[in-house]
Amino acid sequence: MATKKKTVHRKTTRKAAGGKTSASTSTAGRRSTDERTIKRLVELGGDVSATAIGGEDPFVDIPTRALSNTRWNTRRRILEMGDARQRRNLFNLGQARKFMQTMLLASGCKELIEQGKTLSLRSMYYKSLHTIAGTKEKTFTGQEESDPILEDLEVALGSLREELHVFASERGKVVGNLTIIDNGDEIDLRRMGTGGYAIPSIVEPSVIKFGKCEAKFILHVEKGTVWARFNEDRFWKKHNCILTEGGGQPPRGVRRLLRRMHEELGLPVYCLLDCDPWGHYIYSVIKQGSMNLAFESERMAIPQAKFVGIRAGDYQTYGLTDDVQIALSDRDVTRAKQIAAYPWFDNKAWQKEIKTMMRNGFKMEVESLITKGISFVTEEYVPAKLAAKDWIE
Amino acid sequence: MSGTETPTLVPPKSGPPTERAAPAKEAPTLPGGRRKTTSRRAGARGSTAEELSTRQREISVSEFFAKNRHLLGFDNPRKALLTTVKEAVDNALDACEEAGVLPDLRVELLPLTETRFKVLVRDNGPGIVRKQIENVFGRLLYGSKFHRLKMSRGQQGIGISAAGMYGLMTTGKPVVILSRTSAKTPVHEVVLKMDTSRNRADIVSDEERPGEADRFPDGHGTEVSIELEGRHLKGRQSVDEYLEQTAIANPHARIEYRTPTGEEILFDRAVEELPPDTEEIKPHPMGIELGTLIQMLERTSATQLGAFFKQEFCRVGPTSAKEICRRAGLSDRSWIKQVGHDEAERLYAAIQEVRVPAPPTSCVQAIGTKTLLSGLLKEVRGEFYAASTRPPSVYRGRPFIIEAAIAYGGDLPGDEPSRVIRFANRVPLQYQQSACSSFKAVLETNWRNYGLTQPRGGVPVAPLTVMIHMASVWVPFTSESKEAIADYDEIRKEMRLALQECGRKLQTYLNRRRRMARQGERRSAFLRYIGEIAKSCGELTGRDPTAVHEALLKQAEVKTAEVDQILDDEGRIIDDGGSLARDEGVVIVESRQGRPVEDDEGGDLFGEGGAERSTSRRSASKSKTRRKAKRGGSR
Repeated sequence: MATKKKTVHRKTTRKAAGGKTSASTSTAGRRSTDERTIKRLVELGGDVSATAIGGEDPFVDIPTRALSNTRWNTRRRILEMGDARQRRNLFNLGQARKFMQTMLLASGCKELIEQGKTLSLRSMYYKSLHTIAGTKEKTFTGQEESDPILEDLEVALGSLREELHVFASERGKVVGNLTIIDNGDEIDLRRMGTGGYAIPSIVEPSVIKFGKCEAKFILHVEKGTVWARFNEDRFWKKHNCILTEGGGQPPRGVRRLLRRMHEELGLPVYCLLDCDPWGHYIYSVIKQGSMNLAFESERMAIPQAKFVGIRAGDYQTYGLTDDVQIALSDRDVTRAKQIAAYPWFDNKAWQKEIKTMMRNGFKMEVESLITKGISFVTEEYVPAKLAAKDWIE
Repeated sequence: MSGTETPTLVPPKSGPPTERAAPAKEAPTLPGGRRKTTSRRAGARGSTAEELSTRQREISVSEFFAKNRHLLGFDNPRKALLTTVKEAVDNALDACEEAGVLPDLRVELLPLTETRFKVLVRDNGPGIVRKQIENVFGRLLYGSKFHRLKMSRGQQGIGISAAGMYGLMTTGKPVVILSRTSAKTPVHEVVLKMDTSRNRADIVSDEERPGEADRFPDGHGTEVSIELEGRHLKGRQSVDEYLEQTAIANPHARIEYRTPTGEEILFDRAVEELPPDTEEIKPHPMGIELGTLIQMLERTSATQLGAFFKQEFCRVGPTSAKEICRRAGLSDRSWIKQVGHDEAERLYAAIQEVRVPAPPTSCVQAIGTKTLLSGLLKEVRGEFYAASTRPPSVYRGRPFIIEAAIAYGGDLPGDEPSRVIRFANRVPLQYQQSACSSFKAVLETNWRNYGLTQPRGGVPVAPLTVMIHMASVWVPFTSESKEAIADYDEIRKEMRLALQECGRKLQTYLNRRRRMARQGERRSAFLRYIGEIAKSCGELTGRDPTAVHEALLKQAEVKTAEVDQILDDEGRIIDDGGSLARDEGVVIVESRQGRPVEDDEGGDLFGEGGAERSTSRRSASKSKTRRKAKRGGSR
């Protein structure tokens, strides 16, 4: 597969997807995106066929998705994927099955695009699932086998998952002073009751457009319970903001929506996450992208995102009781050390924050602030932090 | 060796204990009794020495064994039937081989009633001259094999006479012998009844039977029929098993067998050559016992010690003889008459110190790996066969050779303990397995080293048949019924070494098979996916996937071509055989080989044509082309 070509494609895709576009151009954009994706899939099939007929071992080159192939771009302050590739061959006993699965999913995606339909990751697994002719072997043993292959296909083709017409099950919610148009339906995020609006997996401009917006900033919290607290207290109304939640590690839909709101609506993003290595890493994913999806950082990362809390120092500052301490496990310590060593955590504030947590020897959840009062976090903690600009980056 | 050398029958010293012990028990003391009463009573209950002496007399060896028939293998009707067949067949084979005739045997078991059988064994051997018939079949411990050191099946001259005796005792029927020594002489029919008290045979009838000449188409042979009480059961330790194992160890013999149910079974000849004749040897000084030495000194015709050693022993030259005498404080010119007990004891000690070369090994003849394999191949349906023959070795001054062979895989059951079949001088040993040195050697061998499962202290659980053969001028049996080989360290060690050699060959084979299975797995994995890949490619490009499919199939074949190759130990590809194929002691029957792939998906790749392919390695290349042709056709 021609790699250079792909890089070029990818850049153009970003521009088309990233810019503000009117409805008509977006449909046209979608069509041209589809055409491009199909072209790449056909190329993939053609390359493999040609190699096979030429008597060579067919292969697919897949960019490596690992720390070793992740570059920290200090200028752009995002994670980027390096050039390392892994060649997946057919005539290699360890790779043959994966090779077959890659080809199977590729042809499945092509069919989806041609029919103009989308499927969830799980449905995609079912679509490609069958028993191999003349054997008892199934093409996939489970969704956990098909998901990574699809990610492989994304990076190999340089096409995003949504461009392949596949989406993940949604996770994450949003409420706030914003109106969006989802596939033509106007949705007022101010009137979402207690449930909130579930953030879909695909939030590209072709699906979701922004309408009226009064909000001044975005508060992203780690999980649904905390989000429910803020929503019940109408925090977003009081502080004129948008409130989002990502169900732990935010899925691509949430990250993409945050990025679009940040970029297109010009809203700063503040994160309220647990004081533990996992919370820290969630912040870093929102801020500069993940290693696994480093190729998507460009359209996902929000380098200006701020980490509001919980901070390791809050235990003393707010005089929290011993009861909220959760001892750091060995695994937590290992992970914390790993995170501290990532180059994108190499700044004074973060090194100090991690060190403080390690010195404390315990972690804290956002919910620990409930001990100070049910609405302490919404009425005092966050407002105070934001007013004092007490955050780290 | 020669029939004239009739042994003087010395009654067993241990005698039947009941007769002698009885009077001794009645020692004349009564509790609190007075002398008078005691002596008076002695007349009534006890016996005086004089009275006893009238009852004391020689016990004939026949009487002894008649009472102790279990010692000879006639413990129960089932075993008696087997022992009878066995003694007759062993004798027949010995006779044929000594006469240089390829044995043609017929064995018949005719059921007369539920518990009574007539055993008939006919051979094409040299026959027996008329005047010796009653001696051979009618006397115990009469034979040509006891007084010599030569390898033969029979040793003691007990077997067939004992069988006749057992028949007479259980049915009252005499033994019928038909014999013809040449085409010119008539067929003799002799009917014999044993007189156990005299260890002689009474002739019931003795007639010439010209009408029976067609029983011996070769012009010579012997037929013996014995009626006896017996029981016939199939399976382990049966007549059928005995004949099957005999056929394994004697592939030069052709044996027809008529079972009690009237079924005819043929154990055909696999080798057209007689085993080479063996020489008779003199005793070797090592392993001679003091008593034997004294006896030899008494009986020798030599007058001086030096001559005695040279004449009566093998491998003792003038130098060794001189050295033995010197160490014993004697000279090689000392007169034998002067040698008393003390001198003999000194000589015995000196013999142990002087190094004498090992006995000549021309007197023992191994079956040979090739013959061993053809025998095993004929009767055991395995896929892999290996055999090894050890160089001759010596125990107690007697040369012996150990051979081992194994059959593996094929139709052999894989989840049962392996079968061990034991032979001594080509005779199957069916009883007392666990007492036998050879069985112990099998247990002692660590079969796990060769890739088999072996429970602690047991035989391996694998589709395996192990065969062990000991050939010797004198096989040390644990009893007269010749059921187990005595446990001498030298013997067990040789057995172990032979088994280990077979084990190593098996390991090589199993490794190779595993390697081929891996290759097969590889290919089948590729082949499984190629269809899917070609189809996907077709869907992606919108072109006909046939070209891609065929190109990929071709590649898969090239990339995994090793499956079709025969690999040697190091995994190198070889065309006409690896170390196993060059090994004379290995036979592989490919048609019986288990498929290297476990699941049936890839199966038809390795599926064989229905016909059994023969054993030679060279046929591998043929099979390769056939396999290819088949694959091409099926597409």
